[in-house]
Amino acid sequence: MHEHPLQLSVNGTPIAARVEPRMTLADFLRDKCGLTGTHLGCEHGACGACTVLLDGDAVRSCLMFAVQADGMEVTTVEGIASPDGTLSPVQSALRECHGLQCGFCTPGFVMSLTALLRDNPDPTDDEIREGLSGNFCRCTGYQGIVAAAHRAAEMTRESVTQR
Amino acid sequence: MKPASFEYHRPDSVDDAVRLLAELGDDAKILAGGQSLVPMLSMRLAYFDHLIDISRLRELQGIEHRGHELRIGAGTTEARVGADPQVRQAVPLLARVTPFVGHFQIRNRGTLGGSIAHADAAGEYPAVALTLGAVMEIQSPRGRREIAAADYFTGLWETAMESDEVLTGVRFPVWNSRSGFAVQEFSRRHGDFAIAGALVAVQLDDRDGQDRVTRCAIGLLGLGPTPKRATAAETAVIGKPVAELLPEEIGQAAMASLDDIPADLQGSASYRAQVGATMAARAWSQAIDEAVARTSNA
Repeated sequence: MHEHPLQLSVNGTPIAARVEPRMTLADFLRDKCGLTGTHLGCEHGACGACTVLLDGDAVRSCLMFAVQADGMEVTTVEGIASPDGTLSPVQSALRECHGLQCGFCTPGFVMSLTALLRDNPDPTDDEIREGLSGNFCRCTGYQGIVAAAHRAAEMTRESVTQR
Repeated sequence: MKPASFEYHRPDSVDDAVRLLAELGDDAKILAGGQSLVPMLSMRLAYFDHLIDISRLRELQGIEHRGHELRIGAGTTEARVGADPQVRQAVPLLARVTPFVGHFQIRNRGTLGGSIAHADAAGEYPAVALTLGAVMEIQSPRGRREIAAADYFTGLWETAMESDEVLTGVRFPVWNSRSGFAVQEFSRRHGDFAIAGALVAVQLDDRDGQDRVTRCAIGLLGLGPTPKRATAAETAVIGKPVAELLPEEIGQAAMASLDDIPADLQGSASYRAQVGATMAARAWSQAIDEAVARTSNA
């Protein structure tokens, strides 16, 4: 099968490549862009570890082909902290609230929470749990992750008030 | 967990997509949101030499109120369906089932038409289409045709569409303001396919001083190879005063005609029927409460 040309933006950097159509966006990010922060757990859309933002929307990067992202903007976990390394509210809240143990699922949680809190800056416990139902964590039991979601929302509100 | 090789096509119009599908034959498959197809390809449960990507075709996207119907383009994402104020107002059942469709990350890519054409027996949109009697709009090189929901779902992941036909839109009937709608489903984890679920739509009339059922549709999901209608249970309640109808009995009646309930690791057929009866009873109560409230305000 012949390769297709592909142009897209990944974390703000324009990238041009040629890909085999069957290459998923997740594999493209990891193998062609060297961005191994996007993790692959189940590779069939159940675990959420591979979540990225596509034109701002949280999607499973294992459930689409790289060629489908032609012309689009992709944000991965590598694009969440500031360029100087300052963690985003979601990232520092996860650290503060012990929202991770082994860290395998964490990139997916960071991406889902980032999209969730952008669209709903003051979510209830239920809204957080529903929003995170598509991300599996096999270590923490979720308590720390839900606490981190509340904490990140609080931190975002504080930074807005301070401005 | 990598799909087998295929050739990728992204036509610029529905006409081109349809032509291409006919040309490439059975070796080709339409790719919409990919949230069901891509896992099947990855697990190699399905193989196609060609995928025809229709996810960017604007002409397949959109929501439009036309008279007594709401038309939704097949390529409209589930996220958009769930957030649309027209959908919430005109076809509340569709808005209410949307949170049960996968997870929000899935709904950002998955489409209404993809879900209905995939025709999973536990899928929420197929169940709504069947419950409300939606009409599917189909296009092929032979022209356009329509298929009523009652004739559309023919078997497990099978529909009445021919292999060269593309689902382009779905028209949902809009019920009047004295109606109530509810969905109840049970799954082990949020976002999983339901072990069993029920959808109820009722319409009331209070002309003789008491609320009577004038229209009723009960849909079931996860309780057969396709979504199902509980036709006998629906007919039995027509004309009856609401006060005389017991939710538990309606739940039981809704299970009566089912003869091919699936049994698997999630549960035996009899367990599913018990869950289904409970879901139908709960959905009935909820739909009736809403219809009564709206009828007394009308």
